[in-house]
Amino acid sequence: MLTGDKPKYFGLVLAIAFSTFLMSHQMSIFVGLLERTRSQIRDVQDARIWVMDPKTQYVDEVRTLSDQNLYSVRGVSAVEWAVPLFKGIARAKAVDGTFRNAILMGVDDASLTGLPQKFLAGDAGALRAPRTIAIDRVGFAYFFPGQPYSTGQELELGPLVMRVGAVVDASPPFVNLPVVYARYSEATQMVGRERRLMSFVLVKGRQGVDEAEVCRQIREQTGLKALTSSDFGWDTIWYYIRNTGIPINFGITIAIALLVGALVSGQTFSLFILENMRYFGALKAIGVTNIRIVLMILLQAVVVFLIGYSLGISWTALFFELTKENLDLRGFRLLPEIMLITGGLVFSVVTAATVLSVRRVVVVDPAVVFRG
Amino acid sequence: MEMPLQRDDLAVSCRGVHKSFGEGATKLHVLRGVDFQARYGQMTFLLGPSGSGKTTLLSIIAGLLHHDDGAVNVLGRDLTKLRNGQGALFRLYNVGFVFQQFNLIPALTAAENAAVPLLAAGVPRRQAMERAKALLEDLGMGHRAGVLPNKLSGGEQQRVAFARALIQDPKLVICDEPTSALDGPTGRHVMGLLRRIAVQPDRAVLIVTHDARILDFADCVAEISDGVIHKVTCVEEEKEKC
Repeated sequence: MLTGDKPKYFGLVLAIAFSTFLMSHQMSIFVGLLERTRSQIRDVQDARIWVMDPKTQYVDEVRTLSDQNLYSVRGVSAVEWAVPLFKGIARAKAVDGTFRNAILMGVDDASLTGLPQKFLAGDAGALRAPRTIAIDRVGFAYFFPGQPYSTGQELELGPLVMRVGAVVDASPPFVNLPVVYARYSEATQMVGRERRLMSFVLVKGRQGVDEAEVCRQIREQTGLKALTSSDFGWDTIWYYIRNTGIPINFGITIAIALLVGALVSGQTFSLFILENMRYFGALKAIGVTNIRIVLMILLQAVVVFLIGYSLGISWTALFFELTKENLDLRGFRLLPEIMLITGGLVFSVVTAATVLSVRRVVVVDPAVVFRG
Repeated sequence: MEMPLQRDDLAVSCRGVHKSFGEGATKLHVLRGVDFQARYGQMTFLLGPSGSGKTTLLSIIAGLLHHDDGAVNVLGRDLTKLRNGQGALFRLYNVGFVFQQFNLIPALTAAENAAVPLLAAGVPRRQAMERAKALLEDLGMGHRAGVLPNKLSGGEQQRVAFARALIQDPKLVICDEPTSALDGPTGRHVMGLLRRIAVQPDRAVLIVTHDARILDFADCVAEISDGVIHKVTCVEEEKEKC
């Protein structure tokens, strides 16, 4: 019946498609932004445990540690090895005067623990040379626009002039600043002098010892906070959720999308039912049972949902596919979980709208068909 | 006035049927002790002006409305004893309907519309469609079986509605103003078709109308006004009198 009324049918399909698109798109951006908050944690693949000051809440706000702290951690029996990590902000300036703040990561001089795994130009070994850095895609594109990923360019970082030895594919950070990797000993010279500069200690637990146990021993024996990468990443995400307007703003957008989808599909279904009441009355008079009519309407609702949802999800997938090479939008993607959640929400809306509308059909007096 | 009683032939029998709507001061007494009968093998017309109670009586006979008082027997069943679900099944298998506005489902083709009662009864689609097409062929609509209702003329839509009413081979066919949406010649044409195809020895056809142009198709005409049948005329009786 619904397919016979093409404007209403397409209106309903498009309303569901837009609602799906808006919800899945905004949820993907939301999740992508939260993922970005822990990008530097995710990029450290060779150490699974982060040690920090006990009051540290998230990765972007640290109280520095002392060398003594590092030695204490190394002294814990469950620790295989522990290395320092510096994280800070440095002013970077290209030869042509282009400058920008950059996220500066100082990785252990000896092991280079903390470097991302994927290189677009050069390799990790290049950092062993003095005054050499690795820079991420965003930084390279900003400071050396139009150039293919390559090495050898110069960049001023604080008082030091550094040479680009590698271009890395680092995860996009929350604030879309360039990310620069240098050896710890050089990174600490690029920023203002403080008595202590160590941000974190990266730890590898002994083979066979559970990570949670390693963290527990570090906490007990050093008084420092020790978390697995995963826990520290979630702590960072929750910090942003609690302390920024991001979830509220995205929540409002998603709620509006849900509401608009519910109102439009509810109203359209209601109109559809109302306008077809005499046909439903005729079917009831003929002897078609209420259950069969309700199932018939629900089937139409499910078909409309499937088409609308598929369209909306396809638009979202297409958006992220088309923008995946855009440096400002990289990292945002449509996750299967978001597809499922959006599908569940939109299906609930369509089902609720249908069930509310269908009540009229159930109670309609079939004798209505004889009343002209 | 009472119709001649031949109880074995009766498809529909109403005795002293009363029906009111509303309560208190707004109470409207629509049927005031209606006696009405329709026989198998005949086309019985129920004639009356608007507001006379003919639609209410039709709804009661169809089992779509319960009467307040009196006795209603349709095809040997007391409809008041049927529960809601049983009433729907009774109508599905025993009663065919033709509505004033045809009420063909717009998204279905002529054949699919005709097949609706069979599909609702659980007959396999292929079988139901074959039967629908054969019936449409009988009604001269075979070449229009795959056409949507909005592409059919009024007369064609009514013929599809006849096919839908007859496809279950019902014992009672109820038609509500079947020619009111048609012009004179088309109305007479479809009534001729209905008479040819619907009137069977084991089937009664009950037609509610106020279209005097089609009265000559009737075997019996019961006239109702103010909720009472006040005159019944049957062709055979008239012939006998002559």
